[in-house]
Amino acid sequence: MADERLSEESFFSRFFKKPEFTSVVGVLGVFLVFFAIADDAMFSLEGVLSWTEQAALIGILAVGACLLMIGGEFDLSVGSMIGFSGMVMAIMTVEYGIPAWISIISAFIIACSIGFLNGYIVVKTKLPSFIVTLASLFILRGLTVAVSRMLTNQTLVGGVKDASAGDWLASLFGGEAFTGLFLYLADVGIIEKFADGTPVVTGVKMLLVWWFGLTVIGIIILRLTKYGNWIYATGGDEQASKNMGVPTDKVKIMLFVGTAFCATVFAACQVFDYGSADAQRGLLKEFEAIIAVVMGGALLTGGYGTVIGASLGALIFGIVNIGISYTAIDSDWFRVFLGMMLLGAVMLSNSVRKKIMRS
Amino acid sequence: MLKKILMGALCASSLLLAKDINIAVVTHGADTDTFWSVVKNGVNNAKDDMGVNVNYRNPASGDLTEMARLIDSAIAKRPDGLVVSIPDANALGKSIKKAIKLGIPVITINSGATYGKKIGSLMHVGQSEYDAGLQAGKRAKKAGAKSFICVNHEITNLSTEQRCQGFADALGVKNNMLDVGVDPTEIERKVKPKLKGIDAVLTVGPTSASPTIKAIEKARLGKHIYFATFDVSKDILYGIETGVIDFAIDQQQYLQGYMPIVVLTQMAKFGVLQSGDINSGPGYITKSNISLVEKYAGKYR
Repeated sequence: MADERLSEESFFSRFFKKPEFTSVVGVLGVFLVFFAIADDAMFSLEGVLSWTEQAALIGILAVGACLLMIGGEFDLSVGSMIGFSGMVMAIMTVEYGIPAWISIISAFIIACSIGFLNGYIVVKTKLPSFIVTLASLFILRGLTVAVSRMLTNQTLVGGVKDASAGDWLASLFGGEAFTGLFLYLADVGIIEKFADGTPVVTGVKMLLVWWFGLTVIGIIILRLTKYGNWIYATGGDEQASKNMGVPTDKVKIMLFVGTAFCATVFAACQVFDYGSADAQRGLLKEFEAIIAVVMGGALLTGGYGTVIGASLGALIFGIVNIGISYTAIDSDWFRVFLGMMLLGAVMLSNSVRKKIMRS
Repeated sequence: MLKKILMGALCASSLLLAKDINIAVVTHGADTDTFWSVVKNGVNNAKDDMGVNVNYRNPASGDLTEMARLIDSAIAKRPDGLVVSIPDANALGKSIKKAIKLGIPVITINSGATYGKKIGSLMHVGQSEYDAGLQAGKRAKKAGAKSFICVNHEITNLSTEQRCQGFADALGVKNNMLDVGVDPTEIERKVKPKLKGIDAVLTVGPTSASPTIKAIEKARLGKHIYFATFDVSKDILYGIETGVIDFAIDQQQYLQGYMPIVVLTQMAKFGVLQSGDINSGPGYITKSNISLVEKYAGKYR
């Protein structure tokens, strides 16, 4: 063939050039390290569930953070939003006896309005979202402490389990999926049982289902709808897309609502699973989400990245974070090791990306 | 290359550490808390003395749901014994119940005595927080205190709240807690304006005590404010010496790290178990008995 533009790219070469491929390499690299140094229990069913849960928490946030970052903005208030909306749900359900499903829906409405406000301020004032959401980080965390101390005299509200027993929406967040399957697996002898015959692992937490669901929704929005193109365009060159008729302001505001929504999903899962809300919940989670998104191959400057990549980044984070407790590494060195592994994973995927781009 | 060497070293060290009896310890203390550093020293000494393998874990940022996952991963390895602190039964209950159902002996330390008993833990090593607060409050009342603030850096922990509550009940006033966070500069700034018009201060641990000492010294209120604190650190001892702090309640947390390992090892080896809890405290440290404590403060006291 004379013209190289006409030559067909092979399937592999197309696969390698996808932005998420490099995070697959990162995941594999991290796996290899832990295969070498961690206890076998890490790869037992219980072990796998404990680190995928950690990954799911970050993953839920990463989907929202990823779309927003592709759109060219940051949201630093995610962690505080988790504490805040969790506290709203717990206080309404426990202290005021409101049915859990009403509390959850109200918390979503409140959180999304705050997300809307974040976006509105960013768009109208043209201030960097870094600063605007940094302010909401403090405001929301402060509100969580102040309101809970004012209404309940403490910053830890427990008893959510009893107050929300049997609630349909609460079980959608705090419950477990595939319980029948796990019961069956225990009967066949694949899963270990307690002395009384119930399986040691009763199911997959809804958290994981939400992670999967949100990732799929994120992929559909980004790949298959015009909104996806708008998000890429807004983050790539805002002025140019405005001239092309893309409603960039609306896109950005909706993306801020999206991160607030994801934070509230996180909060709901935690509150109804663990049965308590605590003003400290979600501390530093905004950075963990951003790290996951960047490890997934997105650019901090916007316009580039994928949701699958972000979810894989979250998986890396989950494996490293929980995996350390399966090794003989002293807990004093936890953060050193965490930081080094994260840096290693990013450097590995980055160098792979560069090599592919050159070829 | 460096990675390979590091990995090799880690593999070797994990092989060397492999011993017959495995005990897991999961606590809620943040990495930088001096109190928990002493507990960890207790754990490490007991590990060496008993010749067993101990895996100590704590959530780096203090997130209790993360602590629940750490307990889950500890259980996945089916250790011969589990030592946990329970600052929030809601968040941790499910994981600890699972350990007990699996037949893993569980000892609670520091906080969570009542809840632990309810779900079937072996014993508790610690002190009754409410009682310790109440006794401290009575001492303060005798000295003439009528109003107080409780400086609390761990406000989400039920046991620190009980300490404050006990103190408040002894004085017969409302539990006036001040949520200060863990940053020393921030704590000092938050405490300073609250010092006017009160005559007693209770701090719930070294993290809140050190900045409070500074705040009181800077305001030159050392003589006027009756200052009691929980736990011991270098700063607190200095405070007692200079007279800023009137007394410290010592729960001797070294024992909370040391004793559970001893008990669990003997149980795993010979199936023997003492009956009843181990009360590691309270003891009081005042100007009169300070010299003994001083030598080991921050390490073993």
